[in-house]
Amino acid sequence: MRRKLYILIGILLVAGMVLAACGKATPTSAPAPKASESSQNNVPAKTSAPSAKEVTVTIGFTQSKTGKFNEESTRQSDGLDLWIKQVNDQGGIKLSDGTVVKFKAVSYDDESSGDKVQQLYTRLITKDKADFLISPYSSGLTSSAAIISEQYGKIMLATGAASDSIFKKGYQRVYQLYTPASHYLTGAVDLLQSLDPNVKKVAFIYENSKFSTAVVKAAKEYAEKKGYDVVMFEGYDKGTTDFGSFINKIQDSGAEAVMGGGHFQDGSTLARQIYEKKLPIKYLALLVAPPDPSFADLGDAALGVVGPSQWEATANYSPESAKAAGLTWFGPTSADFVKAYKAAYNEDPDYHSAGGYVAGLVLQKAIMDAGSVDPDKVKAALDKMDILTFFGHIKFNTADAHGLQIGHEMIYIQWQKKDGKLVKEVVWPKEGATAAPLYPLKH
Amino acid sequence: MMDALIRSLIDGLLLGFVYGIAAMGLTLIWGVMNVINLSHGSLIALGMFSVYYLFVGLGIHPYIALVLTAVLGLIFGIIIYFIAVHRVINAPELSTLLATYSVNMMILGIGTAIFTTTPRNIPLDLGSIQFGDTVITMTRLIAAIISVGVAVGLFLFLKYTRPGRYIRAVTDNRDAAEIVGVPSAQVLALTFGLGTLLAAVSGGLIATFFPFTILSGETYELKSFVIGVLGGLGNPVGSLFGGLILGLIEGLVPMAMPTTWTPVLEFVLFVLILLVAPNGLFGGEE
Amino acid sequence: MSKKFFQHTSLWLSLGTVLVIGLWPIVTHNALNRETAFTVLSAVALASSLNILLGYTGYVSFGHVVFFGFGGYVGFYTINVLGWNIWMAMLAGGIAAALLAYLLGVAILRLRGAYFALATIGINEAVRAFINNFAPFGGPTGMTLNFKVYKAYGGAMHALQLVFYIMVGLTLIVTILSYWVRTSKFGLGLLAIREDEDAAEVMGVITPSAKNWAFVLSAIIPGMVGAIFFFKNGTIEPGLAFPLRTSIEMIVMIMLGGQGTVLGPILGAAGYQAMRDYLLVSPLFKNLQLAISGILLLLIVLFIPRGLVGWLRQRYPKVRRWLI
Repeated sequence: MRRKLYILIGILLVAGMVLAACGKATPTSAPAPKASESSQNNVPAKTSAPSAKEVTVTIGFTQSKTGKFNEESTRQSDGLDLWIKQVNDQGGIKLSDGTVVKFKAVSYDDESSGDKVQQLYTRLITKDKADFLISPYSSGLTSSAAIISEQYGKIMLATGAASDSIFKKGYQRVYQLYTPASHYLTGAVDLLQSLDPNVKKVAFIYENSKFSTAVVKAAKEYAEKKGYDVVMFEGYDKGTTDFGSFINKIQDSGAEAVMGGGHFQDGSTLARQIYEKKLPIKYLALLVAPPDPSFADLGDAALGVVGPSQWEATANYSPESAKAAGLTWFGPTSADFVKAYKAAYNEDPDYHSAGGYVAGLVLQKAIMDAGSVDPDKVKAALDKMDILTFFGHIKFNTADAHGLQIGHEMIYIQWQKKDGKLVKEVVWPKEGATAAPLYPLKH
Repeated sequence: MMDALIRSLIDGLLLGFVYGIAAMGLTLIWGVMNVINLSHGSLIALGMFSVYYLFVGLGIHPYIALVLTAVLGLIFGIIIYFIAVHRVINAPELSTLLATYSVNMMILGIGTAIFTTTPRNIPLDLGSIQFGDTVITMTRLIAAIISVGVAVGLFLFLKYTRPGRYIRAVTDNRDAAEIVGVPSAQVLALTFGLGTLLAAVSGGLIATFFPFTILSGETYELKSFVIGVLGGLGNPVGSLFGGLILGLIEGLVPMAMPTTWTPVLEFVLFVLILLVAPNGLFGGEE
Repeated sequence: MSKKFFQHTSLWLSLGTVLVIGLWPIVTHNALNRETAFTVLSAVALASSLNILLGYTGYVSFGHVVFFGFGGYVGFYTINVLGWNIWMAMLAGGIAAALLAYLLGVAILRLRGAYFALATIGINEAVRAFINNFAPFGGPTGMTLNFKVYKAYGGAMHALQLVFYIMVGLTLIVTILSYWVRTSKFGLGLLAIREDEDAAEVMGVITPSAKNWAFVLSAIIPGMVGAIFFFKNGTIEPGLAFPLRTSIEMIVMIMLGGQGTVLGPILGAAGYQAMRDYLLVSPLFKNLQLAISGILLLLIVLFIPRGLVGWLRQRYPKVRRWLI
């Protein structure tokens, strides 16, 4: 009886091997991939027809209409939608050969969850025939989506995805618009040092996600180099709602400054519980959550919290500064963008909104430079891109970490009180500051 | 270090009481009718949304909303019993497990469609009390006190009222109870209603201090399993102690190692107790 | 010949169903169909495997996805860190899952009924939480393949195609395995355990060993499926590898088709997965799909607890001889 089982398992394994051998032979002997799947050769026929006057390019992406990324993702796709609307209203892009390019968006709800993203991006590519892709929000979802877009050879503009590691996996057609995660909190360390040289003990507490882990690893290294004593360095699981034990540990560690966080939901919960627990710290810098306008809903718990931001409405990039830096200026000014966004959505844009918009803008510029919607030509244009927009400087790594953003820089904001109302002020770097930093944190 | 220990202990114990009454609902149902209620988590989540909408939508104070939530929970539980459980109450375990899980799927499906999975917060700030370095948030303190009250109430109900005595009779021996005229269908329905009530109340309390979505229930359901096994499946009073033990683990383990190891210890302990002492740390059923 | 052929009608029916699903995207030359067929086949393979334990032996494993996740992790590790190819990784995943099942089986198969179900949930959560802390497997952020890996298979496109053929093959194997167990003496022993474990022991079925082997057999293929799945996925994380919900969906699929039959889980999984896939992108039904499945499940549990195939067998006694 038992022997039979051994035999059976043996047969199974052998069968697996045989199957393996057969399977191996099949795809290689089969003639090259079917036309319908080979995206590179699959330039939409309409574009190659010389007489065509107008081409509609399909942009595919997923959006977190529900789930924990809802807040950030909605703003991101609002920004992108605004760009699409503006471009089409202006009559599309006119290429050098006279073709007019218009854009159409196809999107699905990824529910902020990684297990749907791959299926949806496959669908966007194979069923909806998306020509170009925009990433979902967050590094985690983007790293899942990037594999699919790369497998099918599509170009993906990654916005709202800062993790450096995505760009160290050998991808050739994924382009990052955000400053990479490794630069997120280094400025917050500098700010702290300028405020109070006596503070030495820092605690890092961060979400166990690809993005936050990348941020704090780099920030910890930087802080230690600057002479700080990192007294606590610990991650919390995604979806954590109870930070009690972490806050107790911070208090026990004697830390004077706390940095870390993750995304909007966990970050704002953490800020709230730190406030409720009256944690005696002087400085709190959190990722993603503070620059979001909804962070003000926390009331006094938001006061004094510092956060890195990819962009703020007060950012003063302009055609003049482009000229001074020797860069090409492209797109609207910050003021124009803010005005258009407010008119469309009746709220202030934050950096996620700007990130969504600029993803479209960069694609537009690349198509114009390429003079075509052919993916290979657009890729070449993206590789060469070096421009200044209202969002900042955009330039991509084309060597060891292909697609990584190397032009754009971070700024730091803080919630302060003006006439009894919470307002968001830029506090770092000094050149762009709109207010003096509030220090120390008062709870 | 000592201070940190005390702070962690207090945090853990306060939460332990709240988790305890969630588990009490689970073990009550198990003890009386041998059903593991896999819709428990989604019922906890419904309790959260009930308090949320009564407060945010109708402006009813959360603690009054909690009473309404309890009543709704009782009624809802009785309905679930008659629709999904009654027909398979004597069938093999797989049937009741799947029947209750199907209720879970319906609640989650409809709940996600209505509420989405975007997290909610109940904006309730009652301040805190402070002695020395230790700060206790009022919402958590009140939640723990209410939980103890609910547990005592359940104990008195089971001990001194006629329906309570019926429930205990059915727990001991359903056939014998039926022979002496206990209306067993009604008693089972009432039990399921009470279990749901406890789930909803604990959910409502948790919602006063943690953010939540319709899917949050799963975490608390798993905690309830662990507590239920610690305190003895089918032993509602044991659940309160099980809750305290879990609270202690969650408060103290992070002092010794990274917090993310806590669930590893909890679930290993859970499986070990199932293997070694399936009636819980405190011995057999009541 | 024909008599012998009809003797195994059920096997031919089952293999035919799997082949139809497998050939559909190849005939239609469509990548989207291939993706759909891939998810359907992996569901079929998982459900048929679990059926060996749940349907034939009567042990309800609520955490069976642990073998999928664990096999997936081991397979991914061998590819990503050790540089093995997909074939070796698949074997590694299968063997790892089988070993895990053997060790767990020794401990928890003593438990019966709901206690066993609870223990399997606990084990899935414990393994997930452990891997979440296990640095060699990447901890909470998991691992991501370097894209260069696909080059060895002639590029990503070929790798995707290859992975699909492997999945077809695995599903065919699990179908044969399921049929063999159901019709063998070993399978009869398992059925005896399902009906009455104590009586089975008296009758001479060596229950601990038979149960344990059933557990191991039900774990091998999910481990291999996990390795394949995550190779295609390109990235693995604890949350993706051990979803409790998938575990329970496997049971739902078995219940739909008919537990304890060979064809049942195949039909159940294909039907359930096809519905899921169809409703995935419909904004209205995307969430209600779960509720609809719930209603369906409740109706099955309450009124047709034997599932589709079981119901057919009961309703038409004549088909009983060849439809299992």
